[in-house]
Amino acid sequence: MKYIDEYRDKTLTDQLIRSIRSLSVKDIVLMEVCGGHTMAIQKFGIPSLLPSNIRLVSGPGCPVCVTSRKFIDTAISYCRMPDVIITTFGDLIRVPGSSSSLEKEKSTGADIRIVYSPLMAVETAKQNPKKKVIFLGIGFETTSPTSAIAILNAHKAGIKNFFLLSSHKVMPPAMAALIDEGVRINGYICPGHVSAITGTGIYEPIARKYHLGCVVSGFEPVDLLQTILMLVQQFESGEAKVEIQYNRFVKAQGNITAQKALQEVFLLRDDWWRGLGVIPQSGMMLQPKYNDHDADTMIPVSVPEPVEPKGCICGEILKGLKYPKECKLFGKACTPADPVGTCMVSSEGACQAYYKYNKS
Amino acid sequence: MISDKILLNHGSGGKMTHELISSLFMKYFDNPVLRAQTDSAILNIDSRLIAFTTDSYVVSPVFFPGGNIGKLAVCGTVNDLAVSGAKPLYLSCGFIIEEGLPFSELEDIVKTMAAEAASAGVLIVTGDTKVVNKGSCDKIFINTAGIGRLDENRKDISTGKGIIPGDKIIVNGCVGNHGAAILCARNSVEYYSGILSDCASLNTMIENVLQISKKVKFMRDATRGGLGTVLCELAEKKEFGVDLTESEIPLDESVRGLCEIFGYDPLFMANEGKVVIVVASEDAAKVLETLQASETGKDAAVIGEISSTHQGLVVMITGIGGSRLIDMPAGEQLPRIC
Repeated sequence: MKYIDEYRDKTLTDQLIRSIRSLSVKDIVLMEVCGGHTMAIQKFGIPSLLPSNIRLVSGPGCPVCVTSRKFIDTAISYCRMPDVIITTFGDLIRVPGSSSSLEKEKSTGADIRIVYSPLMAVETAKQNPKKKVIFLGIGFETTSPTSAIAILNAHKAGIKNFFLLSSHKVMPPAMAALIDEGVRINGYICPGHVSAITGTGIYEPIARKYHLGCVVSGFEPVDLLQTILMLVQQFESGEAKVEIQYNRFVKAQGNITAQKALQEVFLLRDDWWRGLGVIPQSGMMLQPKYNDHDADTMIPVSVPEPVEPKGCICGEILKGLKYPKECKLFGKACTPADPVGTCMVSSEGACQAYYKYNKS
Repeated sequence: MISDKILLNHGSGGKMTHELISSLFMKYFDNPVLRAQTDSAILNIDSRLIAFTTDSYVVSPVFFPGGNIGKLAVCGTVNDLAVSGAKPLYLSCGFIIEEGLPFSELEDIVKTMAAEAASAGVLIVTGDTKVVNKGSCDKIFINTAGIGRLDENRKDISTGKGIIPGDKIIVNGCVGNHGAAILCARNSVEYYSGILSDCASLNTMIENVLQISKKVKFMRDATRGGLGTVLCELAEKKEFGVDLTESEIPLDESVRGLCEIFGYDPLFMANEGKVVIVVASEDAAKVLETLQASETGKDAAVIGEISSTHQGLVVMITGIGGSRLIDMPAGEQLPRIC
């Protein structure tokens, strides 16, 4: 298959592995920020091919994992209202809230629909004018532009019953906050899809201030191995710069149209990240002129402060401080069938990736 | 139990289904026949072995590219008997119909069932019809049960009793087509691919295999949970492991493309015409050749072998030479977020 096979070519991956092995001398820890990378790394068995001095740790780039329990509790409160349809990406429905989950609410009759895009949620709102249709907006610069377009479309078409509950976040503040918190890594494998929207300028301050190599990577084995090689090259030669490995998709300036839509619709705000706490200017809320579509504003609900599960170390895992297997709950009290923490729920979560592909 | 209510995932064929079966059904229905947990119950009636199985079909949409619910209901039960090593003979058929279903749709379904039964060489000999209020079921649900005759020398095929390290694992063709066809047929996915369900009766092909080799150790049809689930079940609690080679697993380009887009693993996509066969290494070549001579087996391939290491686990060598574990999913696969 074009654009797939050439990036999974074993001759190429073998060559890259040989180059990495011959070049890499010093111990090096690389963090993959994006949950999609975590999943791909495990799926292709990449850790089993690397020399032992290279460690890969997972970062905070899984949308479900960093979402607060309060967001889930709020969504659950909404879905219990008689005139509400909840539309959501699939992963969120299994995330445990304080006392329930959307999946469990669905089994008692709540109208919860999995959509592939917020634009489908706008369509649902159009077809159900007597219902309030709320889209649960999670994710980073990859998913927020489609939420922005959904808001713009609904606004333009006068679809007044479409609402966004926004937990959208931006990536760079979290990448900086991790290092400020004392997380010791030697380079960032930067998210491919996020960078396609934002461009690569957002990583320049991180590379400069913290002297960390930042390489934007694709999601195929050749991409990931080449990225690792580029980061090893930088590290061994003492360099720290921003590079694009995923240049068939990512341009330095990013996607200007998407950036304009984001600026038009969203404002930055301080936001709470699971495991990282409040990070200044890291979340996205609707601009006041679109408040008619803001679930928080238009459908206020009171949700008690949530209780975090005992023993769960998702926070430390999201910071790359611990591996999933270091958690006492991992694989015992916390499994994909009965998850405690968000990292076990999401298919992009570090715990689920480790469980699925390693189990130990 | 994980939840105090039944969730959709309890019916997904994955871990939650297994837990429901072991914690509830096995607890109350327990008996030696059921305990074997094979595709068909193997019954000894007056010193004759009979295979007996049942399955319910609730697919939505009822008509999909490559078949309809009626074809599934015949093929599924025929295949459950055939993979047990039995010769399928008679089926029962129960309809639960929602009021308002167009008669013509019901007739199309029944006609398909008759044609499929005829081609599989089975008779539908008893049945039942119920009509329920609108909204009490989704158009039509069908249950079929079936019985077949089982030869004494094939009675261990459903349990895999004779499996030893070195045995080869074969699948009769591309995996994931049924799941992918259903995904495309559902209105919510605007993706046209021309993918057809692989829905087919496999009893003739399987009989040919069993005629050519007396060393088939195990067979199971890879339906709802996909190829991955069957292999996990095969290895579970056993003194052997399963080695799988990713690059040998047959996969349609269009199914592969769909899986790449949605973030699905084709190993866990549903099939309705795929059988996993474990056969002694020395017979693998002739079994493969026999499969490939049949329309339903033309893309058959040896995808792995039974291993003496990593007992109880399925380990796949990835296309780039890495290794990873294959684990049964907790529930339905969900599309990726981004």
